[in-house]
Amino acid sequence: MTEQELRAIIFTELRKVAPECDPAALTPDENIREAFDIDSYSFLRVLVGLNKQTGVDIPESDYGKLSTLATMTQYLAARLP
Amino acid sequence: MGEFRMPSLGADMETGKLVEWLVAPGQPVQRGDIVALVETQKGLFEIEAFEEGIMGEPLVRAGQTVPVGTVLAMISSGTKAAASTEVPAEPPAAPAAASPAAGLGVPPAAPLAGSPSRIACSPSARQLALELNVDLATVRGTGPGGAIQRSDIEEAANARKSDAAPVGAPEKPVAAAPIQPMDAATSAARMRQAIAAAVSRSNREIPHYYLETEIDLSRPLQWLAAENQKRSIQERVLPVALLLKAVAKALRDVPELNGYWLEDRLQVKTEIHIGFAVALRQGGLISPALHQVDRLSIGELMQAMADLIERTRAGRLRGSEVTDATVSVTNLGDRGVKTVHGVIYPPQVALVGFGRIAERPWAEGGMLGVRPCVTATLAADHRATDGHQGALFLEALNRHLQLPEGL
Repeated sequence: MTEQELRAIIFTELRKVAPECDPAALTPDENIREAFDIDSYSFLRVLVGLNKQTGVDIPESDYGKLSTLATMTQYLAARLP
Repeated sequence: MGEFRMPSLGADMETGKLVEWLVAPGQPVQRGDIVALVETQKGLFEIEAFEEGIMGEPLVRAGQTVPVGTVLAMISSGTKAAASTEVPAEPPAAPAAASPAAGLGVPPAAPLAGSPSRIACSPSARQLALELNVDLATVRGTGPGGAIQRSDIEEAANARKSDAAPVGAPEKPVAAAPIQPMDAATSAARMRQAIAAAVSRSNREIPHYYLETEIDLSRPLQWLAAENQKRSIQERVLPVALLLKAVAKALRDVPELNGYWLEDRLQVKTEIHIGFAVALRQGGLISPALHQVDRLSIGELMQAMADLIERTRAGRLRGSEVTDATVSVTNLGDRGVKTVHGVIYPPQVALVGFGRIAERPWAEGGMLGVRPCVTATLAADHRATDGHQGALFLEALNRHLQLPEGL
């Protein structure tokens, strides 16, 4: 999976919980939850979606490592099965 | 025969628009079946049947807006004739629709019960009556058993043309309220109006008192982390589920905070349905009820919560879910807020608020440490309870949270 494809998956999952937001407008280091006003329930949904699409297991203790577009992409890319 | 009425989906609701019938006349319905979709200021809701029977002809057409209490259709009870019916309006809603004490600056919905329901009329004649704007109550039926036929409607319409003032004093036709298509801006404005009406009434009528306490969450969060390690990501539980369960258990200890203030007295409820404030992305909020929270396991509660949040945001809530909460919880922790002093949703008598879970200095046993904490607040109706009971509740809440394996 290329980084491009990974990013497309992330964007799709973000649009599901924040349909009125444009993920392409995010800067790499912006806190996604703050930028899009995503609550903890919706963020969990994003992570569940990412897990389903990429097969990467995300333990709860790692949730904090996926707060920005850059760290999210990096985290998933490093653990792709 | 039972009457299926436009329910009151909240103290602030005056009218509802029947958007769609989901059951055809002649079909059997069970108690709890979704029968119709209704649109209110707060969005679209699925309305359930409150008894079983055979669905009758619709008395209100899809697209019509009618006052709360209007009979939408009859549900015949089959073998039992003239069985008395429970009105779908739930306890908190009914008084709002019926009593002037609702005091929202608008007259209570005029009950249109009876007149349309007792009229025997064929569906096609009813349709024609709607098209010609003929009030069925003014028409004399000439069909079998006095049933109104198409010819009677035509005659009535012609008679009206020649004689502007109809004979007798007809009741207001059910079809009086105009159909109002809603765009996004209008629906947002109406959502604000609905919230405004409810909170204004709350502030005007309910003498609130507020209590707050700081709760050390180290133990429950450690337990939850260990629990979540055993679970797949889909089954993981958020801390808010623990908080909700602890609220339910504490309410069993202090039941006076779970119920309604109606008819100048506290009516304690045995079932604990927690109204859970869900913010909508397009603005506004809805507090649908999580049912019987005290009886759900933490896993079940999390699933119920997920389901409720999804359906709230998708606009697929059932009518009963927005009317039968016995207490409310608001959780503003996600927005970084430390303390929330809430506005009670009438006729409920308490609202529990949680702020953000964050590390804070914590003194215990002569030592200062850093613990994950949450500020829990209680806004309660002083007519129903005193600070003493409120304090007992917060104490019980803390006690249950410190025993997470028992939640």
